[in-house]
Amino acid sequence: MRSDGLFIAVEVDDQVADDAALAATLAEACPVDIFAQTSDGGALEIVQQNLDECVLCRLCLDAAPEGAVRVIKLYDEGAVLV
Amino acid sequence: MRFFEYEAREIVKRAGIPVTDYGFTTNPAQAREIAQRIGGPTVIKSQVLSGGRMKAGGVKFADDPQQAEAHAREILALEIGGQEPRGVLVDPRADVEQEYYAGVVWDGTRKQPVMIFSPVGGIDIEQVAEEQPEKVSRRHFSNILPFSDFQAKEAIAATGVSGSALTRLTPILTRLAKLFVENDMTLAEINPLGRLADGSFIALDAHMEIENEARGRHKRLLAELGVGEQETRQAREPTPFEIAGEQIDASDHRGVAGNVTEFDGNLGLVIGAGGGSLTLFDAVRAHGGRPANYCEIGGNPSVAKACGLAKLVLSKPGVERIAVMMSIVSNTRVDIVARGVIKACLELGHDPAEKIAIFRIPGAWEEEGFKILERYGVEYADRSVSLNKAARRAVEKIEGVAAR
Repeated sequence: MRSDGLFIAVEVDDQVADDAALAATLAEACPVDIFAQTSDGGALEIVQQNLDECVLCRLCLDAAPEGAVRVIKLYDEGAVLV
Repeated sequence: MRFFEYEAREIVKRAGIPVTDYGFTTNPAQAREIAQRIGGPTVIKSQVLSGGRMKAGGVKFADDPQQAEAHAREILALEIGGQEPRGVLVDPRADVEQEYYAGVVWDGTRKQPVMIFSPVGGIDIEQVAEEQPEKVSRRHFSNILPFSDFQAKEAIAATGVSGSALTRLTPILTRLAKLFVENDMTLAEINPLGRLADGSFIALDAHMEIENEARGRHKRLLAELGVGEQETRQAREPTPFEIAGEQIDASDHRGVAGNVTEFDGNLGLVIGAGGGSLTLFDAVRAHGGRPANYCEIGGNPSVAKACGLAKLVLSKPGVERIAVMMSIVSNTRVDIVARGVIKACLELGHDPAEKIAIFRIPGAWEEEGFKILERYGVEYADRSVSLNKAARRAVEKIEGVAAR
């Protein structure tokens, strides 16, 4: 799944997005609430309106399996946060 | 935050400075009762925060309680400077032999309070200072070290006051200086301070202002005086623009977008950081610019807050461009503010490169911030460009717009 803001886009592998435990971890990790869980406590959702609040802290990258979450800087020719 | 006269008189009274046997009321019938209690000629004074009460008809003299009631009724219905009176103060007409001035103000340049004293009172102290400078003395003092009476005595004696008057005035100015410090005031003024026939002194009017940021330290005093927590007590009511600024600040706990103040210029300002707002505002004016607003943004605001403030400023009628400037930031992030102001431009259908006259915020995360600004073609400056030069550049660009 992918969601784009004006400055930041976030891509999450579908397998990870469907993992309820990982969804909860990502929702907990993000300081600006870019990630949430569906209301039934299941899959991952990307909160589109919070995307541009991303502070590039990498906490989501650390919380997910390597390469499963990608934070893309749209203002920097699509550079991926590493 | 300003106090009404009746509140200022109460503060003066609590400090042990003699005051007249005044009364405050919101009811004409009670004004009559107060005048009866006083038992002589009275003065009925409108309780508003704006000046010019006398000229506006907000101060009337009454010879008896019936007249006091009638005057109170008229004054309570009289708006002055767009303000409805809080009530009226009923004051005995004191038989004064001479009027003096005693005041303490905060000197922002010296970062110290300064006592001001004059044996010429009852008129603006600025006028006395201009016309009879030898009759005005000033003396700075520490707001940290204990205050000593001799400091007040020196200030009074410097104007030629001596003998019994000097002895009686010294504790009054001392108490005024102490109440100023104890209450975190920015202004404490007794004008006039009247000398009665028996040589005693009495405060006939008082003006007090407390530092806004210190309100939390004086909750008890404010509660006792009946000052509501929501009362701004500014010289004028906030404009819809300023109220909208407060709402933007309150809508998000992250960072600050405070003290949004409306002016009538064409250059919108998104400014802040450690005194940077005042410096930048002054610099814009020094270069001939006309600010549309003042504000203080900082404390690491969110993109949403920076965007909200920028949209508010950009939407203000008459604003042609905005200047986004701060001194060097450490906790506020350059990239976050850049995102916010660019987003504001785009959401309002403007080209950021056109609408942002200059972006001068160096500091934390500036590399990312500058990438964003470059992406949208916004002119920006790093720390090698002073605040003064950045302000000049903003004015140059806005003048270019005006000339077209």
